[in-house]
Amino acid sequence: MSDSLDAYLVLAGILFAIGSFGFLARRNAISMLMSIELMLNAVNLSIVAFGAFIPGLGAQGSVIALMVMAVAAAEATVGLAIVIAIYRNKRTPLVDEYDSMRQ
Amino acid sequence: MNLESLIPWLVILPLAGFALTALIGRRLDRQAFWIPVLAILVVWVIAMGLVYEVLTGSAPLLPGSETTHGYEVHLFTWIPAGDFVVEVGFVIDALTACLLIVVTTIGLLVHVYSIGYMSHDPGYWRFFAYMNLFMFSMLLLVLASDFLVLFVAWELVGLCSYLLIGFWYRKRSAALAAKKAFIVNRVGDVGFALGIMLIFVSLGTLDIREVIHEAGTLEPTTVLVIALLIFAGAMGKSAQFPLHVWLPDAMEGPTPVSALIHAATMVNAGVYLVARTNPIFAYAESALVVVAAIGIFTAILAASIAMTQTDIKRVLAYSTLSQLGYMFAAFGVGAWTAAIFHLMTHGFFKGLLFLGSGSVIHAVHEEQDMRNMGGLSNKIPITYVTMLIGSLAIAGIPPLAGFFSKDEILGESLKLGFVWVWAIGFIVAGLTAFYMFRLMGLTFWGAFRGPKEIWDKVHESAPVMTIPLILLAIPSVLLGMYLGLPLGASRISEWLAPVFEEGEAILHGGAEEPAYALFGIDGVLIIASVTIATLGLVIAWRLFGVTIGPLRMPERPERVRELTARAPFFYRASLNKWWFDDLYHLLFMVIGGKIAAAIWWFDREVIDGTVNAVGGVTIDAGRGLRQIQTGRVQNYALGIAIGFIVMAASYLLLARG
Repeated sequence: MSDSLDAYLVLAGILFAIGSFGFLARRNAISMLMSIELMLNAVNLSIVAFGAFIPGLGAQGSVIALMVMAVAAAEATVGLAIVIAIYRNKRTPLVDEYDSMRQ
Repeated sequence: MNLESLIPWLVILPLAGFALTALIGRRLDRQAFWIPVLAILVVWVIAMGLVYEVLTGSAPLLPGSETTHGYEVHLFTWIPAGDFVVEVGFVIDALTACLLIVVTTIGLLVHVYSIGYMSHDPGYWRFFAYMNLFMFSMLLLVLASDFLVLFVAWELVGLCSYLLIGFWYRKRSAALAAKKAFIVNRVGDVGFALGIMLIFVSLGTLDIREVIHEAGTLEPTTVLVIALLIFAGAMGKSAQFPLHVWLPDAMEGPTPVSALIHAATMVNAGVYLVARTNPIFAYAESALVVVAAIGIFTAILAASIAMTQTDIKRVLAYSTLSQLGYMFAAFGVGAWTAAIFHLMTHGFFKGLLFLGSGSVIHAVHEEQDMRNMGGLSNKIPITYVTMLIGSLAIAGIPPLAGFFSKDEILGESLKLGFVWVWAIGFIVAGLTAFYMFRLMGLTFWGAFRGPKEIWDKVHESAPVMTIPLILLAIPSVLLGMYLGLPLGASRISEWLAPVFEEGEAILHGGAEEPAYALFGIDGVLIIASVTIATLGLVIAWRLFGVTIGPLRMPERPERVRELTARAPFFYRASLNKWWFDDLYHLLFMVIGGKIAAAIWWFDREVIDGTVNAVGGVTIDAGRGLRQIQTGRVQNYALGIAIGFIVMAASYLLLARG
């Protein structure tokens, strides 16, 4: 475990960058959901790191991280359910086929 | 029964007659005349009762007046809007009573005449419905106590005139004439409407009697402008130069319409209006000079045109213009009683002449061109005799009606110092006698010039048409004597004295009029005007022939040709109506059309162009921006990411460093 906040933040930044690249670049809906999870975890990591290194925050950092996990779980459930529903209609997991909202 | 309570029925009955006939008239077919004719008969009875009461002075005094007998009824408040209140109410004073005599009597006789005249027309019920609508409007016009109500009636008579001129709307010329009448009238009506607005702005009321009483409190220029604007309306409705061009074309309508609307009643509305507002004109003496000038100019212009027209109805139409010009000239010089006197007598004899011309047209199978007539006096004797009476009356031969009223106009204009009005009017009197007896000569005397088969079928009209002619011939003979005697203190001037009292006091400052001098100036004037009338009449006889008992002269067409060849300019000018129609065509159709086309171009290209350009740019921008809406979530997410990076980077660069 490092003593420096920067190290945690750099790791969180790298994780977030990987997540957003995956979200933008992958065509598969499942992969995109996974990328979202990655970004959420990057954010969570930075929150926990702030909580640990800034004394005034007390337990708040950990509490918010738990909150984010709960919300992420719910979001993943709903997201997967939507993907499955669309998959049943479209017979494809590729999001660039999902363009029926266009005009 | 209380007569006052019957006043509203004067307008309700014709309106109901119109509504009923319009609704069920088609089913009544040839019986459609019953409701309208009976409605007008009842109106006539009520009107005569009221007229008697008002003119004999047995009616109560009008509120706020010590001399004017009459009736005033308030019906309801039409527009209650703060200070702006319009009451619908009726006032009957001596002036309205005089108009009521003309409108209801001639209206009734024309309705009866129409039963016969229109009997073969497919639009029988439509005709009577319109006629009743006209009677409603005209009665509302003379009864109205408020300028706004009067204006509504003013527009309504214009509408009826339009509907009835264009009664045979399948005929293109009739439809065009109706449109022309409507549009030319609008020109005057704009002036009248502006005048009413100016009255309200400067006085805060539109009640006619109040406005007249308060006219003296206004600035002189305001009064002058109001007077001229009111006269503009009168010029349109009474067809005075330069708005005279619609009336001759209005002869496209059925002949009873020409008699009722375009000779005896509606065209008098302008004279009525200026007479009603006489104190306003009294405060604006220069407006009176304008009225006199336009009136007498119209009189001589129209008389000169009437001399050469060949359509029997058009001669009478120009004659109507000319006589209306006399009335305005009389009003302009301040001989207001004479103007109304001539209005009444003219209404009767001109109504008679028009109905007579209708009977002639019927007899020769819808022929209107006098060059195809002639020698009809023995074939249609009743029409002939009544029209002869009418012609003598309008020519001013004593003791018929026209003599008294015309003589009063001429005498008054000379005595009030308008020598030029008298001089022109004097010439017009000669022209009047000439063109009327040209008409008589071409129509009734000499030999028939039309086809033989028509001559064999010429027949007198049915009694339903000839009886109105006879009934109109009686006042054409007697009305002048009844109203105009005794000379100098005539009955009509007694009647109308309270109406004009206020205006006269303003105009003449209470100066006593010189006593009537039968063996002085007035006698000389009578002899002069009778002489000129006789002169015109004898010239017409010598040129176009005459056969009255022992008085026989042949027509001399070769002499007529010789005379017209000697003054070719005047002949052509008269024949072409002094080119007014061509001038207006050039001014308003050709030049005005070019201006309108230019304005249309500006509207289309610049105004509409700007609006269309704004729309076009929006559409193009939308079409361009639509490209970036792909419907793909990842494109949008990329946009969000780029946006975030740009915002974060600018924060770091600008705010931090």
